[in-house]
Amino acid sequence: MSDNGSVAAATWEQVELARHPDRPYALDYIHAIFTNFFELHGDRLYGDDHAIIGGPAGFDDRTVMVIAQQKGRTTAERAMRNFGMANPEGYRKALRLIRQAERFHFPIVAFVDTSGAFPGAGAEERGIAWAIADNLVALAGARVPIVTLVIGEGGSGGALGIGVGDRLLMMEHSIYSVAMPEACASILWRDIARKVEAAEALKLTATDLQRLGLADEIIPEPPGGAQTDYGVAADAAAAALRRHLGALVAIDIDRLVGERYARYRKIGA
Amino acid sequence: MGEEIDRLTCPKCDTSLEPARLTAALGVCYRCGYHFRLRAPERIAMLAEPGSFREEDRAIMPRDVLGFKDSQPYTKRLEQSQAATGANEAVIWGEATLAGHPLVIVCLDFAFMGGSVGAATGEKITNGIERALHKQLPLLIISASGGARMQEGMLSLMQLAKTAAALGRLNAAGIPYISLLTDPTMGGATASFASLGDVILAEPGAMIGFAGARVIQQATYETLPDGFQTSEFLWQHGMIDLVVPRPELPAVLRQLLDLYAGNGFVKDFELPAQAKAPATAPAVPR
Repeated sequence: MSDNGSVAAATWEQVELARHPDRPYALDYIHAIFTNFFELHGDRLYGDDHAIIGGPAGFDDRTVMVIAQQKGRTTAERAMRNFGMANPEGYRKALRLIRQAERFHFPIVAFVDTSGAFPGAGAEERGIAWAIADNLVALAGARVPIVTLVIGEGGSGGALGIGVGDRLLMMEHSIYSVAMPEACASILWRDIARKVEAAEALKLTATDLQRLGLADEIIPEPPGGAQTDYGVAADAAAAALRRHLGALVAIDIDRLVGERYARYRKIGA
Repeated sequence: MGEEIDRLTCPKCDTSLEPARLTAALGVCYRCGYHFRLRAPERIAMLAEPGSFREEDRAIMPRDVLGFKDSQPYTKRLEQSQAATGANEAVIWGEATLAGHPLVIVCLDFAFMGGSVGAATGEKITNGIERALHKQLPLLIISASGGARMQEGMLSLMQLAKTAAALGRLNAAGIPYISLLTDPTMGGATASFASLGDVILAEPGAMIGFAGARVIQQATYETLPDGFQTSEFLWQHGMIDLVVPRPELPAVLRQLLDLYAGNGFVKDFELPAQAKAPATAPAVPR
């Protein structure tokens, strides 16, 4: 196997770790890190999407607004959560929570874990793209600090729809990509079998994103990955969130929103 | 309990119930879980810390401005309703304490003319909202209402606009509003204050909607699905946050008040004045 081949194989291992079925999901982190989490439901328009969850929670002596993508653990829960792929209702519920966070001055903590927004006819009919786009605008201008933590898969616009913020943190074995490797291989080569090659080409590991200047911090996982010890992974995540939120709340909000604009403005400039 | 005549028989499971045991069970059928309707004072007693509720606006009375008469004059209906319920109007409100948190509670009373919203009702609800705004207290509105009060015509309809406008100010001021929907919450109540909560809770099995099932069927001949316009139906359709069985209400409200009005509530995290009050927002006395 060529050098490139072994690098690609190592990248693919990261992809598989990020998707490991025993990996802690958003609710595992939420219950380990926060107290008093109160899940809010519904977009007030059409439905309640179980692929995106959220609500206020206690973090130390502060209330934060949690917004998260949630995958299912059992077969029934996977179906109920639509494999973590949200419909427009999920993004519109998230928008409701973003607005509420602003009104009550709750910092936002977003947990990203999705292979992407749901590719379905109903989602198109109800304007999935419009729903995501609205959230990008809302998060870019939200007058509260926002920390985004990628815990597993960050898949494309579906991830970004709750993922714009002041800090982007990534768990050591998480990935974040413009498209999932399978989709990319299918788009570029019309051949899903070339997913390993695509994964390497996309530069989607946490290390890649840090190198590209997109991720602010990589949060270490226990040896072998977060699935081996939820407590250790959650403690590391909590410490990082505490540190970043502590720094962000000290910044004047006008300045913070300005810095957030500059953060995205300079990418690719 | 509100349903004096039927109180001994559960309308859902037909079980004969002992009144004392039903009261001890907070008006929830101890066989099937059916939630009986409650009077407003019973609601307050169940939620507010004992002795903490201070009722306001007791003197505000409904008036028959239109000289309205259907099968009997509105004035007569009011007298009968007042005599039967011992209340002046279909709502009571005041400041109270719940789980250590001071708040404003506004509670509709279905027993008084179906909880319908007349001018006096709307005035009292709005006074409650404005008290929450001026004193920066969290607001809890417990709805139980058939909607607008026909006997007051357009004056009644405009109460929807009035209460919504006041809640818009509360919203802009960043003061939390918890809406609790109970059986039934229909029509103009749902289309105004009841659906505007930051968090919307509902008791199990409550009828909640805009147009009633009979009206819809008469207008469209549609077959309505099972459970149409119940709390559970609304939850599935994304309209409310949670269905809460009555015995769990104190704990749920406590958690919400802790989160929204507790330590995280603008204490160690002050935003500049500009962020608190957008240009379009009203000035809030502090």
